[in-house]
Amino acid sequence: MEKRELLLGDEALALGALHAGLSGVYAYPGTPSTEITEYIQDHPLAVARGVHRTWSSNEKTAMEEALGMSFAGKRALVCMKHVGLNVAADAFVNAAMTGANGGLVVVVADDPSMHSSQNEQDSRFYGKFALVPTFEPSTQQEAYDMVKAAFELSERFRIPVLMRLTTRMAHSRAVVEVTEPRAENELHSPAETRQWVLMPGNSRVRYKILLDDYARLETEAAASPFNTYTEGPDKRLGIIACGIAHNYVMENYPDGCPHPVLKLSQYPLPRDLVRRMASECQALLVVEEGQPVVEEAVRGVLPGPLPIRGRLTGELPRTGELTPDSVRAALGMSPHRTHAASEIVVPRPPALCQGCGHRDMYTALTEVVREEYPAGKVFSDIGCYTLGWLAPFHAIDTCVDMGASITMAKGAADAGQHPSIAVIGDSTFTHSGMTGLLDAVNERANITVIISDNLTTGMTGGQDSAGTGRLEQICAGIGVDPAHIRVTVPLPRNREELKAMIREEIAYPGVSVIIPRRECIQTAKKHNTAKK
Amino acid sequence: MKRDIILSGVGGQGILSIATVIGRAALAEGLQLKQAEVHGMSQRGGDVQSNLRISSSAIHADLIPRGEADLIVSLEPMEALRYLPWLASDGWVITNTVPLVNIPDYPDADALQRELEALPHAVTLDIDALAKAAASPRSANMVLLGAAAPFLDIDAAKLEAGIRDIFARKGEQVVEMNLAAFRAGYEATQKQAKR
Repeated sequence: MEKRELLLGDEALALGALHAGLSGVYAYPGTPSTEITEYIQDHPLAVARGVHRTWSSNEKTAMEEALGMSFAGKRALVCMKHVGLNVAADAFVNAAMTGANGGLVVVVADDPSMHSSQNEQDSRFYGKFALVPTFEPSTQQEAYDMVKAAFELSERFRIPVLMRLTTRMAHSRAVVEVTEPRAENELHSPAETRQWVLMPGNSRVRYKILLDDYARLETEAAASPFNTYTEGPDKRLGIIACGIAHNYVMENYPDGCPHPVLKLSQYPLPRDLVRRMASECQALLVVEEGQPVVEEAVRGVLPGPLPIRGRLTGELPRTGELTPDSVRAALGMSPHRTHAASEIVVPRPPALCQGCGHRDMYTALTEVVREEYPAGKVFSDIGCYTLGWLAPFHAIDTCVDMGASITMAKGAADAGQHPSIAVIGDSTFTHSGMTGLLDAVNERANITVIISDNLTTGMTGGQDSAGTGRLEQICAGIGVDPAHIRVTVPLPRNREELKAMIREEIAYPGVSVIIPRRECIQTAKKHNTAKK
Repeated sequence: MKRDIILSGVGGQGILSIATVIGRAALAEGLQLKQAEVHGMSQRGGDVQSNLRISSSAIHADLIPRGEADLIVSLEPMEALRYLPWLASDGWVITNTVPLVNIPDYPDADALQRELEALPHAVTLDIDALAKAAASPRSANMVLLGAAAPFLDIDAAKLEAGIRDIFARKGEQVVEMNLAAFRAGYEATQKQAKR
């Protein structure tokens, strides 16, 4: 029986995976992908079936754990944001080489316009790079249906499947019709085990098969129900619209599009469909969210002087998320009449919450550095505390990628920078900070590391943090001298104590760790409400 | 039937609960719906908005084109003005008049007042005071929903059912408080429209 539910794109995908017989989801939180795992964690079917749904330490461990579940014959899902795939890339690219046994779907949520990210990278490049099939839903219903198709394709071709979402699809709600759940797979080992041992001799054999399979996957994409070619009488233009971009095209033609439209939601790029459109149209417009992946590929496919328009030629903006309005302009239509923008409206950037422990940490840190060590540099990391760059703190000098605070502080100290201070959150520390700390300890680098511990993964909404309660042991285990692992509670009344610690540890010529520890006030509120 | 609505406010004010209630009611009426939300970094006290599209026929884009919104519904006055380029020429603004000042360069109160008064179609209410009088300051978002309800073309009883749904697990007292807030907003709009 079919049922209708109002679901976020993330939730539709999660439910689709559960209904496809999922046995485990593996993920590290990251906007806009977090809600996929959270939905599965809370779903009664996942609870009843005992589906694995605990957060992993980072995207690489998540990817490898899911690959292990696939090896054992069951269906596994890995979820991350686009930059998470950089962390998981070693495992991801090599998972294409081993192939999958149980269905393996890797969901990556891209963030064009960088609503909550440090870059705009397009994960479809990774799909092509690793030679894996890639899906890109255009609606929440497709997100639900596609994940089932992705698991089936994964098992039929014995290969991981990449599913790419963008922020707007992940975080927009629509009505989705859902069907009955399928049973989970039984435990079963791969029939062929040689390709799971990626020694050069095995890999060379497997790589040729992977290339042959990629050609067959293009034939699959050409026949996919998710890729559609719709005829139109006006052949002056043919439109290639990928994933969610298809909606923005159709939004501008309420009575139907007069031009032929090729909707693309499954890759490898079905080149024959592109050639067909080129043979009957006088120009092409490529509308895609993210980077010009298809536009560049189409230029390589087609000979001759056919004009191809898109992000590379300026009809569409080269950066940022598409909108119905930017697509409208590219279709040659005049803009809608609008109200004038108000001239008194000013930007309202986000800020650390009032009462947040990171605030007390930054107040103490900036007072010490500014007044006593004006040459000091603060290398920060990814999390709520990145907001320390903004007013009133202006406390940090860098924020690059997960874990880069400790390693960049070490590199700068190697060059002679002093004081060289790292600021990292507890969850980011266990994600990617621990190995860098080992480098620092091994070389006795002269750095001061502040692990601002709020006992949660705060920025993404308060998920469990992998090292909660064990940070001092972890640091001591890595080799930091226990005399230079200092813990305090970041509160206004303890400011002088924290400042004294910072001074003393800057003066100590070696690796020291200061842990200001106080629960995130958002999770504290939730816990207090739950207690009542 | 078609309603394109921009819900706006400041992170933490609770615009998503408004969207959730309207969503439930629209689903109960058998309407199509798309609702784009903001999650992540900007929820920390920054500007937030949600594009809510309801229609009896198919909806394509998750985002509302500029100049096409029927309504701007805002819990904060400057945040209402931020989205004017999306408002249709005959569209309405329903907004709280109480500023939330968490930035140093917030516009001057008189200038803000003048811009609100210059809007051709607007309902401007002290939502905070209405919430305090009728229920609790925490139910300001349901007062605003009530104030917007006459413009939604959705049966008010279905909206009230939506409120019952989403607050049910918090107990009958919370449900009644939010219903009272909703009705106070609804009446306030009717009164202002009559003037």
